[in-house]
Amino acid sequence: MNDALDVTLRLLIVFAVFLTFPLIVGQTEHKVMAHMQGRLGPMYAGGFHGWAQLVADGVKFAQKEDVVPAGADRRIFQLAPAVALLPYLLVLVAIPIGPGEGAVGQVVDAGIFFVLAVMGVGVLGSLMAGWASANKFSLLGGLRTAAQLLAYELPMLLTAASVAMAAGTVSLVGILDAFEWWWLPWQIVGAIVFFVAGLAELQRPPFDMPVADSEIIFGAYTEYTGLRFALFLLAEYAGIIVLCGLTTVLFLGGWHGPWGADGLGWVWTLLKTAVLAFVVIWLRVTYPRLREDQLQKLSWTLLVPLSLAQIALTGIVKVVIQ
Amino acid sequence: MTLAATVGNLAAHTTTTTTTAAESQGFLSPTGVEIAFLLVGLVTFGAAVVTVTTRQLVHAALWLVVALGGLAVEYLLLTAEFIAWVQVLIYVGSVVVLLLFGLMLTKAPIGRSPDADSGNRWAALTVAGAAAAALVWVVVDAFRTTWIDLDGPAAGSTEATGASLFQNWVLPFEALSVLLLAALVGAIVLSRKAKADAARTAPTAGAERDTRAALAERDTRSDAEGAR
Repeated sequence: MNDALDVTLRLLIVFAVFLTFPLIVGQTEHKVMAHMQGRLGPMYAGGFHGWAQLVADGVKFAQKEDVVPAGADRRIFQLAPAVALLPYLLVLVAIPIGPGEGAVGQVVDAGIFFVLAVMGVGVLGSLMAGWASANKFSLLGGLRTAAQLLAYELPMLLTAASVAMAAGTVSLVGILDAFEWWWLPWQIVGAIVFFVAGLAELQRPPFDMPVADSEIIFGAYTEYTGLRFALFLLAEYAGIIVLCGLTTVLFLGGWHGPWGADGLGWVWTLLKTAVLAFVVIWLRVTYPRLREDQLQKLSWTLLVPLSLAQIALTGIVKVVIQ
Repeated sequence: MTLAATVGNLAAHTTTTTTTAAESQGFLSPTGVEIAFLLVGLVTFGAAVVTVTTRQLVHAALWLVVALGGLAVEYLLLTAEFIAWVQVLIYVGSVVVLLLFGLMLTKAPIGRSPDADSGNRWAALTVAGAAAAALVWVVVDAFRTTWIDLDGPAAGSTEATGASLFQNWVLPFEALSVLLLAALVGAIVLSRKAKADAARTAPTAGAERDTRAALAERDTRSDAEGAR
């Protein structure tokens, strides 16, 4: 195939995934939450079980007036949603969904570093929004976002480093090529730490202190209306996709499965990602919000030591089996 | 800023020097990569200048993001992919977030800060100029005739970087880790002392010292990450 055409096609597919998958997760969240709470959830939009609810929400958001507060720093306020959203689009490009080089948007040599680096940039959007809104609730939200990021990026990086040690490469494709089934019990602690830290970085419940709607009214996003607010929401759901995809690739073996690894590898990736996304929603419905001090304590006294222990274990096993 | 200038000058210089390997490359032969390198260098330099001249504190931090991101792109163009992503991870993702965190704690106003100036301006400019000159001189002198072959195997890939780090540079690497570890322990000691003092001193002072300790700790940690 022609090179330019190939690149265009890949980027288009990644973009389509970026636009549709977060909506699917959002709709699943509506329904799963509703059923866990003994209700039905959206039932009317689109006819069948309210499947078009999020499309209707999107239309609603697009119709709303785009308000910028008089005291706000206009340009930064308007730029923030884009800064929050775009990094997740970039990360999707590097996540492999099947075996071989054909099933990834772009093979990145230092894949883990690329993914974690770009994901970290997304948080700048929340900080910009929190500061530029000229609102005390927003500022508190921004502060909490920053504090949370500082605490949880360390365990995330450490556990990712553990996988990189196990595989002997920092390329996401390379890690999947090196994967064996017994990595699952070997790296399970790292997997849990990575997933929890990722949840905290996405500010999903029970780590939603920075957006706590019942106390600081959505934190950094208090002043946002219409499409810009929708972009922040989209960033959250795209973040779920990215986090679940990454956990799948790093810890759960991606396209590896008991059977069908040749042609149907991508089904395994999607299945594992979907199950993890379900767990994300499940946690939101089940766990109460952590307090700020509990948040910090969980990271520094539990997750960081656990991830260091995981690195030690990885090192020991690696030396023994060589 | 100095780094941007350095890298820019290095590029300009290496393109002017002719080596046997690079005889076909004239002064700024307009290949796409070189043009991109120069343009990104200009953007980086501009962003760096705005960072130190703007009167709006948070804007300065955000322009710093542009400057550091521009540097990462320059690394990419020089095939040093690993360094580029670490640059983004550490500087954009951590150091700038920390800066913004600190600025938010100080109630940085929206709009101009009239007091965002310093009487040391000329001294600072002198030091910065001297540092830039020294760096440019050293780097240009060291890499005078080196030419990066962009079409061959990447000279700055993760594998190459790791091999040279752990084969030729192990001792400095380990010495650096010990230094960072000492800083980390120091930060923890400072923050614990602040907690003991908190009962006697005003609560704001304790909070401020906590932040500073956290800042130091964060810095150390991210540097350690980078080194790893």
